[in-house]
Amino acid sequence: MSAISASEKVDGFTRKSVRKAQKQRKSQGSSQYRTQSAPVELSPLPQLKDAPSTEQQELFTQKLQQCCMLFDFFDSVTDLKSKEIKRATLNELVDYVSTNRGVLVESAYPEITDMICTNIFRTLPPSDNPDFDPEEDEPTLEASWPHIQLVYEFLLRFLENPDFQPSIAKRYIDQKFVLQLLELFDSEDPRERDFLKTILHRIYGKFLGLRAFIRKQINNIFLRFIYETEHFNGVAELLEILGSIINGFALPLKSEHKQFLMKVLIPLHTAKALSLFHAQLAYCVVQFLEKDPTLTEPVIRGLLKFWPKTCSQKEVMFLGEVEEILDVIEPTQFKKIQEPLFKQISKCVANPHFQVAERALYFWNNEYILSLIEENIDKILPIMFGSLYRISKEHWNPTIVALVYNVLKTLMEMNCTLFDELTSSYKADRQREKKKEQERDELWKNLEELRLNNTTLVQNNSHANTRNTTPEFIGLFTLKY
Amino acid sequence: MAGADGDDSLYPIAVLIDELRNEDVQLRLNSIKKLSTIALALGVERTRTELLPFLTDTIYDEDEVLLALAEQLGNFTMLVGGPEYVHCLLPPLESLATVEETVVRDKAVESLRKISQEHSPVDLEVHFEPLVKRLASGDWFTSRTSACGLFSVCYPRVSSTVKAEIRQHFRTLCSDDTPMVRRAAASKLGEFAKVLELDYVKSDIISLFTALASDEQDSVRLLAVEACVSIATLLPQEDLETLVMPTLRQAAEDKSWRVRYMVADKFSELQKAVGPEITKNDLVPAFQNLLKDCEAEVRAAAANKVKEFCENLPEDSREQIIMTHILPCVKELVSDTNQHVKSALASVIMGLSTILGKDNTIEHLLPLFLAQLKDECPEVRLNIISNLDCVNEVIGIRQLSQSLLPAIVELAEDAKWRVRLAIIEYMPLLAGQLGVEFFDEKLNTLCMAWLIDHVYAIREAATCNLMKLVEKFGAEWAQNTIVPKVLGMANDPNYLHRMTTLFCINALSEACGQDITTKQMLPVVLKMSNDQVANVRFNVAKSLQKIGPVLDSNALQAEVKPVLEKLATDTDMDVKYFAQEAISVLALA
Repeated sequence: MSAISASEKVDGFTRKSVRKAQKQRKSQGSSQYRTQSAPVELSPLPQLKDAPSTEQQELFTQKLQQCCMLFDFFDSVTDLKSKEIKRATLNELVDYVSTNRGVLVESAYPEITDMICTNIFRTLPPSDNPDFDPEEDEPTLEASWPHIQLVYEFLLRFLENPDFQPSIAKRYIDQKFVLQLLELFDSEDPRERDFLKTILHRIYGKFLGLRAFIRKQINNIFLRFIYETEHFNGVAELLEILGSIINGFALPLKSEHKQFLMKVLIPLHTAKALSLFHAQLAYCVVQFLEKDPTLTEPVIRGLLKFWPKTCSQKEVMFLGEVEEILDVIEPTQFKKIQEPLFKQISKCVANPHFQVAERALYFWNNEYILSLIEENIDKILPIMFGSLYRISKEHWNPTIVALVYNVLKTLMEMNCTLFDELTSSYKADRQREKKKEQERDELWKNLEELRLNNTTLVQNNSHANTRNTTPEFIGLFTLKY
Repeated sequence: MAGADGDDSLYPIAVLIDELRNEDVQLRLNSIKKLSTIALALGVERTRTELLPFLTDTIYDEDEVLLALAEQLGNFTMLVGGPEYVHCLLPPLESLATVEETVVRDKAVESLRKISQEHSPVDLEVHFEPLVKRLASGDWFTSRTSACGLFSVCYPRVSSTVKAEIRQHFRTLCSDDTPMVRRAAASKLGEFAKVLELDYVKSDIISLFTALASDEQDSVRLLAVEACVSIATLLPQEDLETLVMPTLRQAAEDKSWRVRYMVADKFSELQKAVGPEITKNDLVPAFQNLLKDCEAEVRAAAANKVKEFCENLPEDSREQIIMTHILPCVKELVSDTNQHVKSALASVIMGLSTILGKDNTIEHLLPLFLAQLKDECPEVRLNIISNLDCVNEVIGIRQLSQSLLPAIVELAEDAKWRVRLAIIEYMPLLAGQLGVEFFDEKLNTLCMAWLIDHVYAIREAATCNLMKLVEKFGAEWAQNTIVPKVLGMANDPNYLHRMTTLFCINALSEACGQDITTKQMLPVVLKMSNDQVANVRFNVAKSLQKIGPVLDSNALQAEVKPVLEKLATDTDMDVKYFAQEAISVLALA
């Protein structure tokens, strides 16, 4: 709601209180801009099973047309009789396409898709509360569910009917159809999203010509979610479908798929609502790595780039995902990322939030990870030692301290000599670091003075600065790391 | 340039370069933010030949660092040697304009737009325009999105062949198959139209506008509505009907509520852009429909525009249109099922009275105001009350006072303290409009009751309110009506109420003046210095510090000083602290 009223200006909690007041009302009408006038009363048609087979097809069509009538479910008292007739008819139609063979004649396809489109495709209504928190708030349920559910059911049975012919259906289930279907994934109603998931999966399976299109549109939805709106209710469902799609990718992976991994899936980790779809997302990422282990390095570097800075809950999820990746990592890939990765893990074990520290320390309970660490102990121990040593003395949480002692013990057993060396040089190292810190402060100060001097100089003479330069200085810029 | 000459200057620069690559993001960020320092030290030539290539090549970093870099580079013109060399800044900004993160990209585009102005027309064609073209035909959507924001800044200053190319690129992006790019193009359509020659607006822009306005994605269509305002402003009146109106009509009836919302939200701008005739024939019915929309969100947006829309109607038919077309819809909105709609309406409806004049207001609007004053939703009532001044000018507030009072009383006792707080804030305004008699009779008790509210914020606001009332009604009124009651609370068994007395005195002393403060308030304050609750005692010290300047020096020395000295030896450390502070501030030591 864009209107900010006077009391909202002073009362930051208005919305919450308003929301509470609305709690009773958990369902709402779909925002169909109804150009059609008030619904005509429906009159029941004879049952399909009672009709002679010659007339069945005609009756089937009539029933489909009857089901194109839409009703206002927000008003629970109007058109009760007609609503009931439509519900019964839909039930009958579901039954008809799931049990009978030979009912899907070519001429029925347009009628069927027409009925489906009329019922399910609609602009989703504005969310009842604009800061809907899917973890805390009850979702707004679709008011017309009694009908829509049956239409979805019907669509599913239609797609699963053994007589179903994609070559005919593709004239109706086309790109536009899929696009509208994808938009519905934003529905707040989890029941609806669940149906959509299964349906989209079926469509992806049956319509080869639509596959690339579907993937591209899902990409667009995700990119919009990440970079524009941060709002889309169906991310988890779409990721779940993608999980199984990725599973079926042929090797070697097309560059399109790799791009999807790096430019869409990895940035998805930055979303505020990550917790809602992290399990599905991590599954997709791991699927990719199982397909093509050479992607490990870019993926880990990507995760490190987006590593949460302030949100501990998300940090725990990232650590979980890293463990999942390490579970399937190849030792050669591990060597490539061990340094940056363990620098991050070393920061995590020293995190004052005990859940983060704990999650990171649990890595040492994982046999496979342990074996990787042991293999590369000379690289990893120096990275980890400082944090662990400090935390063993400083962390406020006794559980963490106990875990750290265990980890230190494990690491010591892996390479005793190195461990002793690090212990004895620990103090000197800290002092060196401190000194470096002081030097840096000093330098910034000097620099500030330099800047002041130069500003005046440059202002006086902004062009004539073409003196020769000392040669060793030029090298500074060509150095790369 | 002594600074960059010797070895001593080399060292810090070396460190800076080092810190541009430091592991710690914060340090990298610091050095990027000081990038101008490095550039200054290097001088313009080496900035161009070394620093910029370094930045272009090696920066792959966290978005926060990139954002700082993108911003810095926008102000780098002088540091690379002035406008003559400004094109050196293009390569790093070009790569920043292609990153994924929107804020970085937007900042890079902003900087590019800025430095485009510093290019000479020749440089613009040689360096800048090719960059725009590269971005516009980039593989990944991010660069194409960025390109959309750059067309309008170079178009006016390039040759006609290049212009034709730019138009072609823009056209291509408007039909890009990535919705993100189409959205970017749609959002820049109006801006681009403004720099185009009128003929091209008619031939190019209109077809793009029409296409975007019927895009398959509503997020694109709604941006076309925004562009509609600029486009309509550019076109001569006689072309509007054929070129713009079909699309606008379609948008006002779009199947997506987001598009209709946008139309409602931009209604006043649209109205001004299309002029009075089209407003009368087309926009009035469209506005009626929006006010009756099936989606509350849309109705609320339209309700918000009721006053502005009516104000901007052509004068000759304004009253007639409002009375026959708008008012009936407004009447329905008063009893809308959605409170946001009602409260949006309540925030503007009072403004109609100035437009319609006294008689119409009394006959048609007053019943609506009264109905809204009784609305079940406190926000609606508050919005009415907060806009009382408009009505006051036209018919005087007395007409409303009978209904006003119950509404105020109810809000004053609302269970939500934030609602009570909001109504308190309108008290001085109401008092001014209702006059002192009405106030004493009806509202004074309310104002006093807030002083003993159980929420501190309310007591605090009530105190402040008293001060404003005294400023309005004068010291004499204060002495007769407020001061006795306030001072009476000094004997209240509840220490919070006793403290309220002190807070009121703090607020009122200045407005009441030396006489009342010294004679009536001071004795009470001094007496409270013996209170058994330490919080009261240290607030006595604070109060004395506060009212000290209002008192005469006799009273300060003879009465205040001994009490403060006694408090300075209190057993409670806070009391001591504040007593000592007061002594030093009042210079009594």
